[in-house]
Amino acid sequence: MEELKKVIVPIGPYHPLLEEPEYFQLFCDGEEVVDVEWIAGYNHRGIEKLAESKHWDQVTFLVERICGICSTSHPFAYCNAVEDLAQIEIPERAKYIRSIIGELERLHSHLLWIGLAGHFLGYNTVFMWAWKYREGILDMFEMITGNRNHYAMFRIGGVRRNIEDEDIPILKKTLSEVEGKIKMLTEAVIDDPVLSARLKGVGILNKEDIKNYGAVGPIARASGVDIDVRKDDPYAAYNLVDWKMITTNNGDVFDKAVVRLLECFESIKIINQSLDRIKGTKGEIWKEVREIPKGEGIGRHEAPRGEVFHYIRSDGRASSPIRHKIRAPSYVNIPTFKASCIGETISDVCIILAGVDPCYCCTERIAVYDKEKKKKVYSFEDLVKKSIEKTEKIKKEIGKESKLWKKLF
Amino acid sequence: MNLKLKALKKSLWVYHVSAGSCNNCDIEILDLLTPRFDVERFGIVLVGSPRHADVLLCTGIVNKKCVERVKEVYEQTPKPCVVVAIGACACSGGIFRDGYQMAGPLNKIIPVDVYIPGCPPKPEAIIAGIVKFLKEIK
Amino acid sequence: MIEKLREKLGEKIKEINISNKKRIYITIDSKDLKDVIKTIFYEMGARYQIVTGIENFNNFELLYHFSFDKEDGIIVSVKTFIEKERPEIESLIDIIPGISYIEREIWELLGINFIGHTNLKHFLLREDWQEGLYPLRKGVKKDGRT
Repeated sequence: MEELKKVIVPIGPYHPLLEEPEYFQLFCDGEEVVDVEWIAGYNHRGIEKLAESKHWDQVTFLVERICGICSTSHPFAYCNAVEDLAQIEIPERAKYIRSIIGELERLHSHLLWIGLAGHFLGYNTVFMWAWKYREGILDMFEMITGNRNHYAMFRIGGVRRNIEDEDIPILKKTLSEVEGKIKMLTEAVIDDPVLSARLKGVGILNKEDIKNYGAVGPIARASGVDIDVRKDDPYAAYNLVDWKMITTNNGDVFDKAVVRLLECFESIKIINQSLDRIKGTKGEIWKEVREIPKGEGIGRHEAPRGEVFHYIRSDGRASSPIRHKIRAPSYVNIPTFKASCIGETISDVCIILAGVDPCYCCTERIAVYDKEKKKKVYSFEDLVKKSIEKTEKIKKEIGKESKLWKKLF
Repeated sequence: MNLKLKALKKSLWVYHVSAGSCNNCDIEILDLLTPRFDVERFGIVLVGSPRHADVLLCTGIVNKKCVERVKEVYEQTPKPCVVVAIGACACSGGIFRDGYQMAGPLNKIIPVDVYIPGCPPKPEAIIAGIVKFLKEIK
Repeated sequence: MIEKLREKLGEKIKEINISNKKRIYITIDSKDLKDVIKTIFYEMGARYQIVTGIENFNNFELLYHFSFDKEDGIIVSVKTFIEKERPEIESLIDIIPGISYIEREIWELLGINFIGHTNLKHFLLREDWQEGLYPLRKGVKKDGRT
């Protein structure tokens, strides 16, 4: 009888809303989740193998296409790795431009996440608004690099394109507009009693879990683990500008949201300072690199979701890497579900999965069926609906929304 | 024009299939729904099940693991339906065409009506592609 | 850092290779692996990053990368070699729970067996993937043919 009670809820691999297919099986006992299993590979494209057949320069374009949201992070880490291997020091102007691109990407990625988290909770307005503000950042990208995504900005030894002086005032103006909007969103989120009731104490990860699973990025920082590659192992211009690391202590979904929102302001600070430094100055933006010597190199970059890790090995003869190991932040962040989902209810799982920002966990048909093969098909929307229902319920219980929130919507 | 096609053209309901993409095209598709492009004013809605869909928006190289799922989604979609291959990966395999996980490109798996190349195609390009196709239907 | 490693690990280190002051590669024997990782992970408080598997001309190589975030961001990579005839090594799943998925991936893509891993099932590739075809091995072409 015990066996019959357990229900498997598969989440995925397709999702009506978003991005990559990913597949989770939730083993449930009633409403409670007792185990989670992650099945990946619906997006596996064999990039590590392909990198071994491409030229050093071509690999930057290949790794750019690992992920569309963090499409600078991988070339960033790859270039760091090759520069570590070949002991290349890049020109100072290139350092600033690299940081600017890296931080702009963090802004657009965090806004994207805020929008989706809002959608999962039933605040669809937040979804639309956050994505609208994000467009401003994409415009900045288009201005600097010529494309909205996949910027092709990085090359070994520097960057490909310069930021022209006449663009800087427009960039700064757009940035200050976006800053105002993010400020408004932050106040609304932190102030809202419904969101606090819904998100506080949900999906808690403690320091022990973070260490065991090696989790990185905002997930770790929300649990009070102060790791950030930009501070710990500075590269590009991150030690030349002034900024601080954001950490909070509770480790729940609410804190993850707060960390991400506050990080946006640090990013804006970094971009503004970097723009000021390069304004009016001239300088090289790349250094010619003739050959890559024999050896091995490790490069890291703090992507929006955490630390990206690239390991490169060269034999000094071939024009391509012998081995290229890539570890994306989600690879270590996703297994933390085992610690955060178990014991929670199904309606909370949705936002816990979203809270990790796993380059989205994707879902389409959620078939709830028990061991007797009695099939009952839920759609992913039902899961979101469940999540939204819970928010509504809490809203009613609390009976009020934040004043600011009301003013906004 | 027969009745089914006429009905198809009225208000497109789209279902989004991501078959091993870098999720950049997918974000651009989602971008279409948000205020700047807002395709919902033309009656284009993203739906949660292929059974409700008129149009399948497919992205990605179609890797060996999701071939069956893509086929299944195509079979579940009521006909006539429009299959749109979005992005360089879905059109030709792009940078990944030599990889060991590659099973596509998409037109090897299911019949494709519209190709929108680009890495990723801009949201404007996606709208233009679909509009062009609608004009072609007679 | 190097002195600290030498003091803690002593005889177990067969070779230290310092490519620059923030990247340290130490080579150890595969039978010492568990002890060394335990020392680095628990006693020295390093953060587990990832495992890299490489096929060399006459052996397999595994690199366990650890980061010392608060000590200048030094990365210590523990290298160990495995014979080609018997590609097996102890699983570290009971020391670092998060290592489970990467061990599965290395088993799947490189064909190294992890003794003690309870869940060696296909993870990235299809369930019915051709047995004995490990795509990351050098004998396999990039399109998956041998």
